[in-house]
Amino acid sequence: MWRSKRARYAYLYILPFFLVFLIFKLYPIIYTFVLSLCDMDLLSGKLSFVGWSNYTRLLNSEYFFRSIGNTLLIWIMSIIPQLTLAFLLALLMSNKWLRGRAIFRNVYFFPNLVTSVTVGLLFGTLFSYPGGAINNVITAFGLEAVDFQNNQMLARMVIAIAICWKNFGFNIIYFTAGINSISNEVLEAASIDGAGWWQKVTKITIPLMKPILIYVMVTSIIGGLQMFDESKLVFQSVPGDATTTMIKYMYDSAFVRFQFGYGAACAYVVFVIIMFFSAISMWITRDRDKVRPLGGKRGRK
Amino acid sequence: MLENRSVRALVARRKLVHGLLILFCTFVALVAFYPFFVMVISSTHDNFNIVSKINVLPGRHLAENYERLTRNMNILVGIKNSIVLSVAVTVIETYFTVMTAYAFAKFKFRGRNFLFGVILVFMMLPGQLGIIGFYKEIQALDMMNSYFPLIVPSIANCFAVFFYKQYMDTSLPTELIEAAIMDGCREIQIFHNIVIPLVKPAMVTQAVLTFIGTWNSYLNPLILLNEKEKFTLTLMIATVRDATNAEYGAQYLGMVISVIPTVIIYCFGSKTIMEKITVGAAVKG
Repeated sequence: MWRSKRARYAYLYILPFFLVFLIFKLYPIIYTFVLSLCDMDLLSGKLSFVGWSNYTRLLNSEYFFRSIGNTLLIWIMSIIPQLTLAFLLALLMSNKWLRGRAIFRNVYFFPNLVTSVTVGLLFGTLFSYPGGAINNVITAFGLEAVDFQNNQMLARMVIAIAICWKNFGFNIIYFTAGINSISNEVLEAASIDGAGWWQKVTKITIPLMKPILIYVMVTSIIGGLQMFDESKLVFQSVPGDATTTMIKYMYDSAFVRFQFGYGAACAYVVFVIIMFFSAISMWITRDRDKVRPLGGKRGRK
Repeated sequence: MLENRSVRALVARRKLVHGLLILFCTFVALVAFYPFFVMVISSTHDNFNIVSKINVLPGRHLAENYERLTRNMNILVGIKNSIVLSVAVTVIETYFTVMTAYAFAKFKFRGRNFLFGVILVFMMLPGQLGIIGFYKEIQALDMMNSYFPLIVPSIANCFAVFFYKQYMDTSLPTELIEAAIMDGCREIQIFHNIVIPLVKPAMVTQAVLTFIGTWNSYLNPLILLNEKEKFTLTLMIATVRDATNAEYGAQYLGMVISVIPTVIIYCFGSKTIMEKITVGAAVKG
């Protein structure tokens, strides 16, 4: 009874949120779509409707496709070592015999505290040529200094390393949570049945961690494909724009070349691409046999 | 006898494997720590030392590097701006998102499911989707170079609302609110005196992450601010390369300064941060 009377307070409570939501969240997204169908005159700022021509121009642009390729390359080069390393270390740190686990976890997590802006600058400077810290190590071994910036693949790799460095400790925490949610009885039962270490990992740990793996994959796709700070800051100029990511391309179109309509179209195409890849990753990692984590913490809180 | 020996061999092998694995963990830790080490040590050296050799011990050029760094940028103003902005965002966002979540968790009203569905959908959208429209909107409203468009839109943080609602569903007893109504408590008093204190643990976790997120944010301040006196620390650091002109020691020092605040927060709130991350995984997993 009292609920219906109180309902008007609910509207008052949600009013600020939805007011701001409409003005600063929903409206910009719709307005961006409108802009993507228009050309903006730079001097007068007047919009003229041009239909889908920004989109056709974008989809015929070699540069845009190159930026998609760059994003995917950098993302793959960072995600594979990042998740493998994180999973391995999470497995290792779930062992009771490993001393100083808290210290290890904190050291691994530490890079995540660094602003991505600083990560970008730091790795650009570390990998600079010829006097960067990494090149100092390389030359100390008697090898020749490497010009990372002027080699397309190496430049991408530096960015991938930077992202991997920043995020692997973060993923360890996810994986550790997943491993801890597997009940000990299952693992003990497997031991009694004679399962080895490898069998336990592949037949029990990984299948039971599927929900967490999916979550990490999807978030890292959404995050990785939106890569911008590192792309803008690690190296200032790379031959063939080899480190320009999709969002960097959008930023350059809109805020450097002031083609707002074109940039807006770019934002929407990038959005479709991100949705496409998240859908694929959900499909690949979907629950085929409906395994549910035994004794898992699903729905806790 | 024979058994004994094979057991001993097994123990020895296990110890060897453990030792190698610990070595692996240590190696990764050292590699992960190396960039920090270089950053901190290099900030105390001059250009010649940084470029020409591997430095292990701190040098004597810290003050000089600081002087060079601050010659072209006012780091202290940047820190002040970042603190003002981050505190404002954290306070305002937390207050209004808790309020919204409270309405969704403890009230029944028409359109509740639809509106919460909208929040769930927008939680998934990438942040940069509307950024060009947002920029044009702010330009039309003549609010460039102000903190308003950096602070107020944070109220519409869909993830925070979702997070708080999840928390309230389990940890905020409805009976308590009913009892307060019986006692003639006013609605806003219930919110301030009952809901907020009980949601505090969740608020701390979310607030720490919001603070760090605002402190680190780059793209939004980059497009909305262009007066140097308004720059946040992150924005200033991003220009450190051009501003110091190949003064590596000064650049490294700038990076070190940009890391200090988040490290301090982490030292106080590492436990809550870790919890939040795990809760996020459990919620979505």
